[in-house]
Amino acid sequence: MLVYYFELGLRSLRRNPALTTLMVMAIGFGVAASMITYSVFRAVSGNPIPGKSSQLFTPQIDGWGPQQNLQGEPAEALSYTDAMALMRAHQASRQTLLYAVHVSVLPGGSRSLPIGANGYAVYGDFFPMFEVPFRYGSGWSKADDDGRAAVVVLSEAFNHKVFGNIDSVGHELTLNGHDYRVVGVARHWDLHPRFFAAFDGNSFDDPSDFYLPFTRAMDLQFDTYGRNSCRGNIDFSTRDAWLRSNCVWAMPWVELDSAADAARYRQFLDSYAADQQRAGRFAWAPNVRLRNVTQWLEVEHVVPRETRISLTVALGFFVICLVNTIGLLLAKFMRRAGEIGVRRALGAARSEIYKQFLIEAATLGLAGGVLGLALTAVGMLGVGLLFQPQIARLAHLDISLMAMTLLTAIVATVLAAFYPAWRAAHVQPAWQLKSN
Amino acid sequence: MQIKPILSAMRHHKAGVGLIALQIALTLAIVCNALFIIQQRLAHLSEPTGLDEANVFVISNQWANQSTEQQTHAQILADMAALRRLPSVRDVSPSNSYPLRGSGWDDYITLTPEQTEKTTDANVYLGDEHLLDTLGVTLLAGRNFRADEVGQISSRQNVASPVVIVTKALADRLYPDGSALGKSFYEMSKTPSTIIGIIDLLQNQSVSTWNTAYAYQSVIRPLQEDNSDGLYYIVRARPGQLVAAMREVPKALYTQNLMRIIDPEDGELSFAEARARAYDSDRGMAILMGIISVVLLAITAAGIVGLTSFWVGQRRKQIGVRRALGATRSDILRYFLTENLLISVGGVVVGIALAIGINLWMVTQFEIARLSLVYVLIGVVVLLLLGQIAVLAPARRASNVSPIEATRST
Repeated sequence: MLVYYFELGLRSLRRNPALTTLMVMAIGFGVAASMITYSVFRAVSGNPIPGKSSQLFTPQIDGWGPQQNLQGEPAEALSYTDAMALMRAHQASRQTLLYAVHVSVLPGGSRSLPIGANGYAVYGDFFPMFEVPFRYGSGWSKADDDGRAAVVVLSEAFNHKVFGNIDSVGHELTLNGHDYRVVGVARHWDLHPRFFAAFDGNSFDDPSDFYLPFTRAMDLQFDTYGRNSCRGNIDFSTRDAWLRSNCVWAMPWVELDSAADAARYRQFLDSYAADQQRAGRFAWAPNVRLRNVTQWLEVEHVVPRETRISLTVALGFFVICLVNTIGLLLAKFMRRAGEIGVRRALGAARSEIYKQFLIEAATLGLAGGVLGLALTAVGMLGVGLLFQPQIARLAHLDISLMAMTLLTAIVATVLAAFYPAWRAAHVQPAWQLKSN
Repeated sequence: MQIKPILSAMRHHKAGVGLIALQIALTLAIVCNALFIIQQRLAHLSEPTGLDEANVFVISNQWANQSTEQQTHAQILADMAALRRLPSVRDVSPSNSYPLRGSGWDDYITLTPEQTEKTTDANVYLGDEHLLDTLGVTLLAGRNFRADEVGQISSRQNVASPVVIVTKALADRLYPDGSALGKSFYEMSKTPSTIIGIIDLLQNQSVSTWNTAYAYQSVIRPLQEDNSDGLYYIVRARPGQLVAAMREVPKALYTQNLMRIIDPEDGELSFAEARARAYDSDRGMAILMGIISVVLLAITAAGIVGLTSFWVGQRRKQIGVRRALGATRSDILRYFLTENLLISVGGVVVGIALAIGINLWMVTQFEIARLSLVYVLIGVVVLLLLGQIAVLAPARRASNVSPIEATRST
């Protein structure tokens, strides 16, 4: 019977090609607009590290005070003084500081043109904390951190660019004129949003080329290539004066395995800030935060406004397309009132009428979904025109999005058909027969 | 035309009438918000930078050799001299940034050295005595820097500049009575900076919403950055020679010294490219809202055509009766036009409320501006016209129904 209804549906759709085309187009456009904007939204709003997002925290300590902080909120990164104090205290199972660095590399030896490379200065804990996958070798040890070792971890792509397709572990690489020993090559690792780069505002940029020890970078006076934010007097005659200042630029991350650990760490932050107040460094009460990955992404407004506005407007658009479909389906179904009356008079139950019309609607939804899929595919080519390139590159039409497009179209159309089908099922057979 | 019979006829297909009215209401709500967003974005992306944009381009120059500050300083001077000799180049200046770059250097400004809370914010540009001519900005009052005033700044070292040039926006913000020239302020320092020149316009390095309040408050400091990272060279080509200059400048720089990085992808940007990059998301939003509005209006119009055609088909017999009883074709035409107008007006009234409601919600969610009523008005006119145009074809068909239909049984 269902197959028969499906055929009936197809026949009915063919009977009225203009109306059918109109409905299919409305559903197709509506679902495509929603899916295109959703694909971008999905790409930027996901949880970058689902397994650990609730165990990774970034501590914040207010070193600026109520008059200069961010409307009551502490700065989004730490000053060198506070960052080093947290590292020394070592109150978390794993901990790292990080900041963006930029270096020059001569990929083909001294006779080639130099190229620039972007990376991060981090501690050895960075790799297990953020679950960096390795193709060759591994990260470095705590001893390397303490020994300020000249070691480096490369990304797979950067390794390929510099060494070709080989296991470069053990090879030497010159960055900014200094030699480093390659200890690991990370597999393609492209988190988005790259939560630990949110302070620099480049959560969606290309993945980094390399990672080197924070301690080594400090020894070589690597300047931050990311953000640096200061308050008050910034007259510095030396780099050391800058390091001692309230300028924030180092991002701290800690791994805390349980809620109890997190509570303990928060207490530690409070007592650290209280110590600073007692020592006279802070002239204000402790003002600290401990946010996990999801909370951090929220506070940093990582998902661009444009992405959310586009999705909202596209969904509104889809709703209108469905209202349109309800109206047209109503017209279409009610035109067959006579036919329904005959069926009902011959003993068809209301549920049969429902079934027939809902299946017809599902057929229509399927057609709309197929058109929507085609439009989504075309739209994906144009995503670069609508969103920033670094965000547009993240949007893909994959199997799950394709399935979702079809499913959304069918479900939405069937839902839209409920009212028209209800009206059709409540046609009075006697009345219809009489007027005929 | 009598409205009463139309209203009583509408009562017979309440659902259809309701759905068309609802569709018109929702369309109005979305379209006027979309139009408003388009206008906001277009206004944002056409804000002037104050530069001679047609002839300006920017080189992002990073150093690849580990030189001392003195060596870097000498190299920058040599680069400047070499570029200024090029026939296609009018002028060039080293700088830390350029308008619309995306991010940049921003300082708190105070009027006294003791103040902890800022008086205002300003964008900081560094440059030598050639910067004003290179940018093509107009000096409104005072004078340009002298060559001997240009100092050096290195990595994470900062000393307040004794003399600075500011934009009129900053001058007026600090000294609203127009007396800024010769006065001083404090730029996160205990040492005052004295305003020696005032220029008309120089936009910020970032055009994000967070600094709209300071969009044109800029301060220029006579400094050259000698740190190991690198800097920007802003170049102004002679009129019509932009392409030639963009070809010759990198060559001239590499002839000077190979140990530098000018990224092949974005190391050299004409100002048109820089502008396109800065506003890509605004442009994208405007395009998307435009597409959605057009498709939405088309679908709503098509929906009206579809439903009205259905009603015409349903009422052929009644129309025939009316025609047989003496109604003219234009009576029938007017009947359907009026019916549509009544439904549209109903939809539009609900739509106005919805449009304002959606906007208020978006204001809280996305920090966008309050909807101007002009856009609601435009939306209302567009939708009423759209309804009348859409209903025209089915109404014509209705008016062509022959009185003979009255005698046929369905």
